[in-house]
Amino acid sequence: MASRKLCEVAKTIRSKNAGVDKVTFDVIFPDPATYNRVRESGVLAREAICRIFRIDAAQITDHVEFDPALAIKFTIYRRVPSGSPGDADIFGSQQYGPLLDVEVPDG
Amino acid sequence: MPASIQHRRSASNTLRIVCPNGHLGFAPIKTGSFRIGCNCEPDLICADSGSCDVGPVPLGADISSSPTQWQVDDLETMLTASRRLGVPMIVGSAGDTGSNSRVELFVDMIRDLARKQRLPKFRIGYFYSEVSKNELHRRIVAGEEIAGLDGRPPLDLAALDATERVVAMAGIHPYIKLLDDGADVIVGGRSSDCAIFAAPAIRQGFPEALAYFYGKVLECASFCAEPYGGKESVLGEISMDDVKVTALLPEQRCTIASVAGHAMYERANPFYEHFLGGHVDMSRCRYEQYDERTVRVTGPSYVPAAELRVKLEGSGKIGERYVGIVGVRDPYTIANIDLVTAWARQQVIERFGDSGYGLRFAIYGRDAVLGDREPLRAAPAHELGIVVQGVAPTKAMAEEVCMIATRQMFYARLPQVKGTAGGVAFLLDEVMPASPAYRWTLNHTMRLDDPLELFPTFISEAGV
Repeated sequence: MASRKLCEVAKTIRSKNAGVDKVTFDVIFPDPATYNRVRESGVLAREAICRIFRIDAAQITDHVEFDPALAIKFTIYRRVPSGSPGDADIFGSQQYGPLLDVEVPDG
Repeated sequence: MPASIQHRRSASNTLRIVCPNGHLGFAPIKTGSFRIGCNCEPDLICADSGSCDVGPVPLGADISSSPTQWQVDDLETMLTASRRLGVPMIVGSAGDTGSNSRVELFVDMIRDLARKQRLPKFRIGYFYSEVSKNELHRRIVAGEEIAGLDGRPPLDLAALDATERVVAMAGIHPYIKLLDDGADVIVGGRSSDCAIFAAPAIRQGFPEALAYFYGKVLECASFCAEPYGGKESVLGEISMDDVKVTALLPEQRCTIASVAGHAMYERANPFYEHFLGGHVDMSRCRYEQYDERTVRVTGPSYVPAAELRVKLEGSGKIGERYVGIVGVRDPYTIANIDLVTAWARQQVIERFGDSGYGLRFAIYGRDAVLGDREPLRAAPAHELGIVVQGVAPTKAMAEEVCMIATRQMFYARLPQVKGTAGGVAFLLDEVMPASPAYRWTLNHTMRLDDPLELFPTFISEAGV
């Protein structure tokens, strides 16, 4: 089946601290059709997130579909708290990198 | 579509707030859109100045992450407008951390500005948010649980001992008290972002649900507008029935997508916003395009907390820190980079043993940013940048740890390397002092009897 990368179909893909112990990810779509297609495809479902970031399900604290913003949003625990030794992304702002290349099947 | 609310209030009983900056001092206010906002008959000018995003160093070391001059400039922009228009000005979480010294810093800056500008006398109110370690110690010993957030265990005495400084997150209460006391300008210690805006609205009788939502939507200024562009002002208006938010920069608009998108920004969950005294449930919010640049929101609900619990942030020092930087271009060395760092680490162990210091290699071009969550870590770039961090109890030891590790990568012994005149490239043949290393020791909550008990308020005069 033909597919396109998430970065080609989403309007915004971002990550940011949610407090000092978590990073939250927002994937926002330009229209309801694309939003629904990605939701239904499961490519950003909990299991997919675990695979992409090599984490187990317990590391995901929140995973929601937020209709008013046409967004899929999920939050994961950090490896270490923001700014602690071993952290090189104090704001959590570059953790979304691996999402850009996620393949979304064409509808 | 109704006429723009920029020009006319949408109801007789409303409260208008202009927010010029989502993190005052961190990057300068763009004054063009702020001037437009000042012409929209605001009832207050409010901004948040703090964030735990800047990491644990500023709170631990009791410094600002914002440059002094930018703080003065932003305060001057707000103060001048506030006094000229005769409307209150509120700044929360002063100086990035909201510690006592940062509150005093902002109060002094405002006094100096008032004197220099010969502003007519006004009342300046402020409150503190620091919590003493003695108070936390007393509570732990008495058996009270200081509960951990986000999977952390309850605070124990060891974690408290390792802590330098603690601030509590104030709600609306000290702001309302200072407004009641007649403050024209308020500088707040650490506070929930939304409380800065919710406090004047709740004090004037607007519904709590709408007031807290009002704060949530305004606190980051133009981050709730599109196209993306920070540090521009936005105008908020709350009535008994709704909240409206308007982009003020001519090139920006508030849209349903931008305002709803902002509701979830930097929060774990887009439906709930927690603060001292309760939370607001945004799951049934309705967003409508009110005019070309304004969004109208209805439907949030307020859920009072069964027990008052205040959030605590604490930072503790780990040690002094030095940093070194090297590059690698040889593909064989890149493929064996873990052997190179292991060699360097071994040389440090031979000098200092294997504990009593910290040594980290951040390998840019492979996995520095994501660590073991990096899906592409098996496919590093053709060139790596490695940042070496040495942390130790003294500056001299941190420098030596960092220097051994950085320089010994140059001498790493790889069996088949072709280049035998040096295994890495030096940007600088030195290591550099960095800020001391700190860590977040507290992300906890504590029970309160009175929402003001940790937040003493003060009021005095400024101006001439």
